[in-house]
Amino acid sequence: MARPSSGHLVSNAHPLLSVRDLTVHFRLRRGPKSSRTIRAVDGVTFDLAAGETLGIAGESGSGKSTLARALMRIIRPTHGVVTLDNADVTALKGRQLKVFRRRMQMVFQDPYDSLDPRMSVREAIAEALSVSGTPREKHEAAVEGLLARVNLPSSFARRYPGQLSGGQRQRVSIARALAVSPEIIICDEAVAALDVSIRAQVLNLLKDIQRDTGVAYLFISHDLSTLRFMADKVAIMYVGRVVEYGTSEQVFTRPLHPYTKALIAAVPSVTSRGRARLKLSGEPPDPGNPPSGCPFHPRCPDAIDVCRVTRPELAPTPEGQSVACHVVLSRGGLESHEVAP
Amino acid sequence: MMNLPEGALGFELVAAEPTVLNLPNFWHRAGKSLRHDPVALVSVAFIVLLVVVAVFAPWISPYNPVRQFPNGLTPVGAPVGPSSHFLLGTDSAGRDVLSRLIYGARVSLLVGVVATSLASAIGVLVGAVAGYAGGIIESVLMRLTDMVLSFPILLFSIALIAVTGPSTRNVVLVIAFAYWTYLARVVRGQVLSLKEREFVTAARTLGVGHSRVISKHILPHLMPTIIVYGTLGIATSILLEASLSFLGIGVPLPQASWGEMISEGQQYFQSAPWLLIAPGVALIATVLAFNLAGDWLTDVLDPATRQGR
Repeated sequence: MARPSSGHLVSNAHPLLSVRDLTVHFRLRRGPKSSRTIRAVDGVTFDLAAGETLGIAGESGSGKSTLARALMRIIRPTHGVVTLDNADVTALKGRQLKVFRRRMQMVFQDPYDSLDPRMSVREAIAEALSVSGTPREKHEAAVEGLLARVNLPSSFARRYPGQLSGGQRQRVSIARALAVSPEIIICDEAVAALDVSIRAQVLNLLKDIQRDTGVAYLFISHDLSTLRFMADKVAIMYVGRVVEYGTSEQVFTRPLHPYTKALIAAVPSVTSRGRARLKLSGEPPDPGNPPSGCPFHPRCPDAIDVCRVTRPELAPTPEGQSVACHVVLSRGGLESHEVAP
Repeated sequence: MMNLPEGALGFELVAAEPTVLNLPNFWHRAGKSLRHDPVALVSVAFIVLLVVVAVFAPWISPYNPVRQFPNGLTPVGAPVGPSSHFLLGTDSAGRDVLSRLIYGARVSLLVGVVATSLASAIGVLVGAVAGYAGGIIESVLMRLTDMVLSFPILLFSIALIAVTGPSTRNVVLVIAFAYWTYLARVVRGQVLSLKEREFVTAARTLGVGHSRVISKHILPHLMPTIIVYGTLGIATSILLEASLSFLGIGVPLPQASWGEMISEGQQYFQSAPWLLIAPGVALIATVLAFNLAGDWLTDVLDPATRQGR
């Protein structure tokens, strides 16, 4: 199932999590006979090593959250293989699925909805503790320890989510995820709803936790500056597919795919005066009815004839990252567009 | 939603004392809102009075409700009107109306509460399972609900009781059978939306089992609905019990029941209006009180309306 051409996506080191050709299709019925398929995630392949952070970026509707939900098995993937520590977890059910879920946790986007409003902070964290088999008499101390870990005073254990701010709630969510000692935490837009100052606190907290526990993050965000701060490696998604993948350094300083360039150019910057701004016109295509060939071609400034016909596969470039773009790949990356600092 | 402003710097977090902002304290809110709502206050007070009267009926009621007094009938055998001896008069058999009214409250409340509890238990179970499980289980359960809902209840009760014979137990069962459907539908709808909430997904991804998700994350959110529907259901049950007793297939004689008293009273409406007025007023007041209390509970318990205040 693995695409042989995926080159750089597949690390040589023994990966903790490896995803091969993960595909999630939704069938929309619009009547008794007509139905159409939404390709929310379409053949995504990547590896995640222990202690590493992989950032996933893309516009709304690019399939980032669906990818996360498919990995957590909230949604059943249509196709593809996910292995954790070389064990296939794609088809797990029942008890084994529960055990797997403990190894991988998720911090959700909306801090106002991801905590049960009728459960105190103590109850919420204790629930996670009892799921992971911590004996009841140790809960009190463990809750206190986890709250301290996310820089919340132990008096917060008595509070209800309604009495907490967004940042505090997100810390509680992180504490709850940590309660089961996961190896991977998926952060699905985990800081998107927070104010900028609080966002920085939470991001720093996540980094500290990674340093101390060696947890790996799959960090999903539409905000490139957040990813640049957090991620070791970055995958850029467009309409369910990865269009560029590389280290944070590679992708942010030498973006190759025209879509990545446009995304990076769209990040407001105080020093961007005089920089030629690549503007993205139009909307991302309907994933139920993507354009022929490269799904990006209607918006692409560099599109050539082949883009309208053949869909480019992700392939390694001499610069080190992988790109799915005919123009970049045919050029051999010789004249890569540097984004002026 | 109230948010504690979190400062840009971390140390405010530690300084912030656990403020008692708005702990979901039902009793506190209920008491507060009662002070501003005289209608609700009167309704709740009436219900409390009714419960006290029903529970302590043997001590409160002036006479035995089934005792036929020789002086309870006029020399020509007609009921005696209200007097200092019989406060609400006597009925055609010479029994004290007030005592029968008090014991009737007992029957009404007992039937109302037991039938509604039973109906709620079935309705919540069916609705929660249907909404949570989805698929075939949901289709089967909800079609079953629709089926029961489409029965003409009064007709159905008459048929059923004609077969099984009138008894308080049968009345309770018939009412419960008729009314679980309403709650089942509402609960299913709420569960459908609750199970899409992120905290339910979060619990699932944590590895929390289905039964625990239902009992800890879904049922507590249904409590306001269950309480409100329960209160309104008691009113409806009391009314249905009265209807059945009125038709003579409710609580068996000679036990006192408001419906039976109304039925008997209408025959003497011209000569002894108290026979109709006393149980009629009691029934109307009780049903009204439960309905108004239900409305008030909706206001107190519904987070949506609460936010608007």
